Amino acid sequence: MISALLVMTGLAILIGAVLGYASLKFKVEGDPLVEKIDAILPQTQCGQCGFPGCKPYATAIANGEADINCCPPGGEDGIHKLADLLGREFKPLNAENGVEKPKAVAFIDEQTCIGCTLCLQACPVDAISGAAKQMHTIIAPLCTGCELCIAPCPVDCITMKPVEETVDTWKWRYPTFQLRQVSPGSTA
Amino acid sequence: MNALRKLFSFNGGVKPATHKTESSRDPIVPLASMPLPAQFVVPLHQSVGGIPQPLVSAGERVLKGQRIGAADGNFSAAVHAPTSGKVIAVEPRIMAHTSGLSMLSVVIEPDGLDQWTELTPLDWRSQSADAVRDWLRDAGVVGLGGAVFPSHMKLRAGRNTPMKTLVINGAECEPFITCDDLLMRERSSDILRGIVIMRELLGAEEVLIGIEDNKPEAIAAMQSACAAQGDRSIQTVPVPTRYPAGGAKQLIRVLTGIEVPHGQRSTDYGVQCFNVGTAYAIQQAIELGRPLISRIVTVAGNVGSPRNHEVLFGTPMAFLVEQAGWKDDTDAFVMGGPMMGFRMPTFDVPVVKATNCVIASSPALFPPPPPEMPCIRCGECARACPTDLQPFEMYWHSRSKNFGKVQEYSLFDCIECGCCSFVCPSHIPLVDYFRFSKTEIWDRERKKDAADEARVRFEARNDRIEREKREKAEKLAARTAASRAAAEAKTKDAPAADPASDAAGSSTEDGKKALIEAAMARAKAKKEAAAAGMDSAPTEDKPARPALSEDDKKAMVEAALAKARAKKEAASGEAASQTEKPASAPLTEEEKQAKIEAALAKAKAKKEAAAAPAAPEEVAAQQTASAEDDPVAAAIARAKARKAEAAVAGADTPKPEKKVLSAEEKQALIDAALERARARKAAAADSTDQEPS
Repeated sequence: MISALLVMTGLAILIGAVLGYASLKFKVEGDPLVEKIDAILPQTQCGQCGFPGCKPYATAIANGEADINCCPPGGEDGIHKLADLLGREFKPLNAENGVEKPKAVAFIDEQTCIGCTLCLQACPVDAISGAAKQMHTIIAPLCTGCELCIAPCPVDCITMKPVEETVDTWKWRYPTFQLRQVSPGSTA
Repeated sequence: MNALRKLFSFNGGVKPATHKTESSRDPIVPLASMPLPAQFVVPLHQSVGGIPQPLVSAGERVLKGQRIGAADGNFSAAVHAPTSGKVIAVEPRIMAHTSGLSMLSVVIEPDGLDQWTELTPLDWRSQSADAVRDWLRDAGVVGLGGAVFPSHMKLRAGRNTPMKTLVINGAECEPFITCDDLLMRERSSDILRGIVIMRELLGAEEVLIGIEDNKPEAIAAMQSACAAQGDRSIQTVPVPTRYPAGGAKQLIRVLTGIEVPHGQRSTDYGVQCFNVGTAYAIQQAIELGRPLISRIVTVAGNVGSPRNHEVLFGTPMAFLVEQAGWKDDTDAFVMGGPMMGFRMPTFDVPVVKATNCVIASSPALFPPPPPEMPCIRCGECARACPTDLQPFEMYWHSRSKNFGKVQEYSLFDCIECGCCSFVCPSHIPLVDYFRFSKTEIWDRERKKDAADEARVRFEARNDRIEREKREKAEKLAARTAASRAAAEAKTKDAPAADPASDAAGSSTEDGKKALIEAAMARAKAKKEAAAAGMDSAPTEDKPARPALSEDDKKAMVEAALAKARAKKEAASGEAASQTEKPASAPLTEEEKQAKIEAALAKAKAKKEAAAAPAAPEEVAAQQTASAEDDPVAAAIARAKARKAEAAVAGADTPKPEKKVLSAEEKQALIDAALERARARKAAAADSTDQEPS
């Protein structure tokens, strides 16, 4: 009886010690869920979700403070992925946050640009090159299309241009076939 | 000896009707007897890899074989003019691609002379292997089997494995196509010389030329060429006819028994594979110095006389098909064979390096496919697949756009040979589904890479802003005390700065202001000194100067104040924005307004300063006269004259009037700017009001 108790207590202490050690030794830095959600988000850093960047939105989703349907650049596809990851129900995109648009990059009309650097300060990914009183230009491959540079421009010289398809980015269409008109008499 | 060679086999494959005899009866139509089209459209991007940069512009005359597109980096191949003539345009034209998209092309109008540029053969035996590879890159040599992979990239032995076998692909398994067959029949010795060059570059021990056994003439021609060469390590091996024996991995397996595993290259196993057409192109480029500007193209299908033609790149396909006899019920062109070929968007797309065959299609020849029926999971596709995949599973997941699963079933090992679609009893266009999945997955990967890069840049930017803020604060704290003392000393010397210096208190904010004032005063003093030094009319200008500079100074002070205000607001705004986002919007608007004000005031002040020394009209007139040859000086003089005129129009005494006028102007400009900013602010406020709801 006593020995059994001792054995059980000893086991409990041993296992407790091992678990305690493991929890210290293999401590997970940061919240892996936030990282996973952040990996799904498109990283435009546009703030259309109401949070100042993708990471804060990811944190808010992980804490249950925000819904999964607030990211217009991620689109339906992104919401599906988030729903799969979090085991939630799919919801259509919240119209208050904006609408899903084809990918576009900003374009600076170089004739109008006065070199005020306001757009440089607004760009979250440093995709605008220029200096004070020098003409600015967008580094198109780096532009995420967040549109944050449009509002600060004092001369309204920035426009969004949709990214055109090239032979390298062209995608095969989903296979479809034409429906045949079948006369009423014939058997399908 | 050849008969004793043990051959291997690959799984699957099909035996479609070959349709080869129609086009292989007659010899190749040589270049000399091909008429020149009215226009050549040479796309710059004809190979895998970087897009070549155009070297010519519209209006230039080019010679046949002149390089018109330079390879973009090493993983690319150059492009050359197919004939001599005039470049009409360098502009996007529709590509020989299913998408129907345009690509930058050089449009050449031939002059009919067909004049070659100077050709210099390469003495390749005395050159290093790298020099030969660079030569091939600049000669635009790419794989002519259809993949158009730059050949110089493939002519390199694996890093760890010595090259053992060079496989030359003359199998040509796809129906209708006979261009390699005819090339081997007619130009076997040239092909063999190309093979010798390739073997040297690769250091391969043996060369196996695989030819399907339905081409006895080609086999005989190559065997006799090998015999004439006298090198027993180069062998011609007939392989059984079964589609797709001409796939690189399939042919390697048949000839050597090596099955290249998923994710590895044949060079890791000491094997490399080239098409016979590529061997011929290499020989032409090195021994004759001729860049790749033409190839043999089979014209077959719905034409009067199916035949092989040697065609210059850039020739419109419609022109080529007309040479073989156009039939009126032709509804489209297919580039490549019926199994793997692509339907062309229009008739006049150009022949490019990848064009081995042009099939004129008609409803009778290729009837529209019967409707797709549900998959019954019979497994026929898996039995026919030469790469041992399970197309029905891949189809299932592609159809539901479950791309992760498709990749698990090794989608990217699919060579799109079309065997599965060919045998499917439900007529499912399986390959279309796989092509769809592949491009979708590529697109997603591109987007993911872009997102990752954006994340890195965003974080780097945030770090940088934090760091700059910290550094600025530290610097400011260190300099506040010293700067205040300096500012006090300066304000005694410069009375103009008095009103501002009065405000200087003990807080850091005031210290900053004082610092700015001090800097302004210093700048002012320097400017005055400089202006006095270069003054053209000293006696006249002197009395006017103090008054002018006072005005100037006021503007400067205004600017400085506005700047300080903006900075202060920005600082407080940033603090607020970190905790609460909506609050930051109006603050930045104010900031912007202040900045614009400051900028305008500054600009005005500068303008006045520039105008002051040359106030009298005589000076302006003199300058106009003297500086006619110098456009910049003339422009400046013109501007000055205009200003002076405006001043004269106002009153008799130009200087005081001008000052008043410019002050008014300034006020008007500032007002206008304020109006604009206010309007924008209102608009922004409207939109932000709607947003948080």
